Amino acid sequence: MARIFAYITHKNGVADDSALELAAAARKIDPATPCTAIVTGGTSELDGVCEALRSSYAEIWKISGAKLAYPNAELVRKALIQMIPAGAVVLIPHDHFGVDLGPGLSVKLNAAFVSDVLGVDGREASFLNAIRQEFGGQVSAHVRCDVSSGAVITIRPGAFKPLESAAANGTVMDKPAELDTVRSGRRYLETIVAESGDVDITKQQVLVSIGRGIQDKENVALAEDLAEALGAAVSCSRPVVDAKWLPKSRQVGSSGQTVKPKVYLACGISGSFQHLAGVKGNPFIVAVNKNPKAPIFQVADVGIVDDILEFMPALTDRLREVSGGKANAAGAAR
Amino acid sequence: MEILVCVKRVPDTSENAVQLNAAANDIERDDLVYSINEPDNYAVEEALQIAANTGGSVTVATVGDEDDEEILRRELAMGAKQAVLISDEAFKGSDGKGIATILKAYAQKNHYDLILTGVQADDGAAQVGGMLAALLDYPFASLVNSIEVLDGNKLKVSREIEGGNREINEIELPCVLSIQTGINEPRYVGMRGIRQVASAEIPTLGASDLGVNAGSVGQAGAKVKRLDYFVPAAGKGAEMLNGSREGNIDKVIELVKARGGLN
Ligand SMILES: Cc1cc2nc3c(=O)[nH]c(=O)nc-3n(C[C@H](O)[C@H](O)[C@H](O)COP(=O)(O)OP(=O)(O)OC[C@H]3O[C@@H](n4cnc5c(N)ncnc54)[C@H](O)[C@@H]3O)c2cc1C
Ligand SMILES: Nc1ncnc2c1ncn2[C@@H]1O[C@H](COP(=O)(O)O)[C@@H](O)[C@H]1O
Repeated sequence: MARIFAYITHKNGVADDSALELAAAARKIDPATPCTAIVTGGTSELDGVCEALRSSYAEIWKISGAKLAYPNAELVRKALIQMIPAGAVVLIPHDHFGVDLGPGLSVKLNAAFVSDVLGVDGREASFLNAIRQEFGGQVSAHVRCDVSSGAVITIRPGAFKPLESAAANGTVMDKPAELDTVRSGRRYLETIVAESGDVDITKQQVLVSIGRGIQDKENVALAEDLAEALGAAVSCSRPVVDAKWLPKSRQVGSSGQTVKPKVYLACGISGSFQHLAGVKGNPFIVAVNKNPKAPIFQVADVGIVDDILEFMPALTDRLREVSGGKANAAGAAR
Repeated sequence: MEILVCVKRVPDTSENAVQLNAAANDIERDDLVYSINEPDNYAVEEALQIAANTGGSVTVATVGDEDDEEILRRELAMGAKQAVLISDEAFKGSDGKGIATILKAYAQKNHYDLILTGVQADDGAAQVGGMLAALLDYPFASLVNSIEVLDGNKLKVSREIEGGNREINEIELPCVLSIQTGINEPRYVGMRGIRQVASAEIPTLGASDLGVNAGSVGQAGAKVKRLDYFVPAAGKGAEMLNGSREGNIDKVIELVKARGGLN
């Protein structure tokens, strides 16, 4: 089997969690071939990143240069194609950088491309069978990829469990890339950090989270009422923000906020990977959805098949009744 | 600015649950409603706004078959000047690289300053835009959620990165951008608008019109093939409450309380 490489992303001198997940994915693809890590970047921060990778990779290629200091996918690609041997398999995390780098790299390497891979389902000769999802995770698919001229594969974050026995004691190798003549038509200017908004959903114990199932801006009030009755805040999935029904600061997910509530009430949310990526800390998830096959029911603790436009107000009423009753009872006792 | 927007027709799965067909080699398509892939519609809106500000026009193109004409007509009704259906038996079964190869051939026959795609098709892999850029040797930015036209043949684009943060870049024209949902508010298209473009001419171009080598696309050129669809065996799954609505509500309140969510 051809060589396998893992492209390591890093920030502030620390390798991303995906570094270990790619090593695990490489092992699944081919247990017999040791995987080589590739680290690109400016000169100062790279040594620490490479050193830390020595426990999980037998070989680490360090490609440094001022032009690589901020990861521009076009420049990284132009450095990589100088040294990746023909027929190699290159693994990249499926994040915003992977989406920038992967497709173009596969074209320039004349290699097959498979994105957002969740699992590996065996190899036959020069074919690799991978598992992906389509339609927002509602169905999975087996994909057969001809790797005879190499492949670029992006790996879904969190899909591969890091290997337990990692003691590779790897070697770091300086791989010089010719960067003087290399340029990109794109130039990084700055990063703008998201505004925090009126309510900090990352600090809430209970979230009433609404999705496209809320159907209309007017109906958002149903969630606000319910949140009030529960002592909770309202968060949402991406389509609700895209439609401008709630501000971006309320969005949960890979391109929104990461929340860690005790209780997460998912109303009219299908349960896509990008949404669930923002739900952390193992909350108690209650899902209400009119579609009994919605993927959210696979991750929820409790599921109810119902119309949220009726369920939410009914729950609000009941909560008010109960707490009103409690207040009355307390009054009577006094 | 002359702008090309690549669009795809996909089954609308936000309203209809996806089911597998009996052979499990495809999803059950008979009852599905199709529409334009969501981010592609945002891309068309963005292109229309840029063209309105800078002059120039918007062309929409899809690689598909006659069924896909309906989305082209819809985007014409939105304001696109031209629509092109790229269709050929030889294109059937193309993988992402095949689609990008076909779109490249079309893009090279005309001159476009800017090419937009959606970030990802519902049944796709977030690949066609980046491949098209690499095939054309144009600069590329993915996950674009704002565009500002600068002097000197440049754009300032924002990319959506983790945590809702935005990465701002300057990019030279011509370039390819993949557009993320939420970048704008796509205008409404009513039946009346669609009727007005009912007789608009939509040319169809095939492999020979575009000079595409049939062996490099379609089934023959595809290195990546979908074998089947499946629904993974559910894990533990949720405990489903199957009582009356009132019963379910009381149970939810009880469970939420037990989890410390209600005091
Ligand atoms: C790069 C990228 C980044 C992304 N980042 C994020 C992110 O950060 N956060 C995020 O959420 N998404 C994100 N997405 C989008 C994600 O892929 C899904 O499209 C999105 O999460 C779907 O949101 P949803 O569940 O609300 O809508 P849908 O998937 O459309 O689901 C709506 C659900 O509501 C149900 N429903 C409809 N009406 C009712 C009713 N009356 N009562 C009960 N149920 C009803 C339906 O059965 C369905 O299950 C991202 C996508 C991409 C490509
Ligand atoms: N058959 C097609 N015809 C035209 N454009 C397409 C086609 N397939 C994909 N695209 C474009 O490429 C984007 C990404 O698709 P994908 O790489 O398949 O996820 C889509 O949002 C479209 O803009």
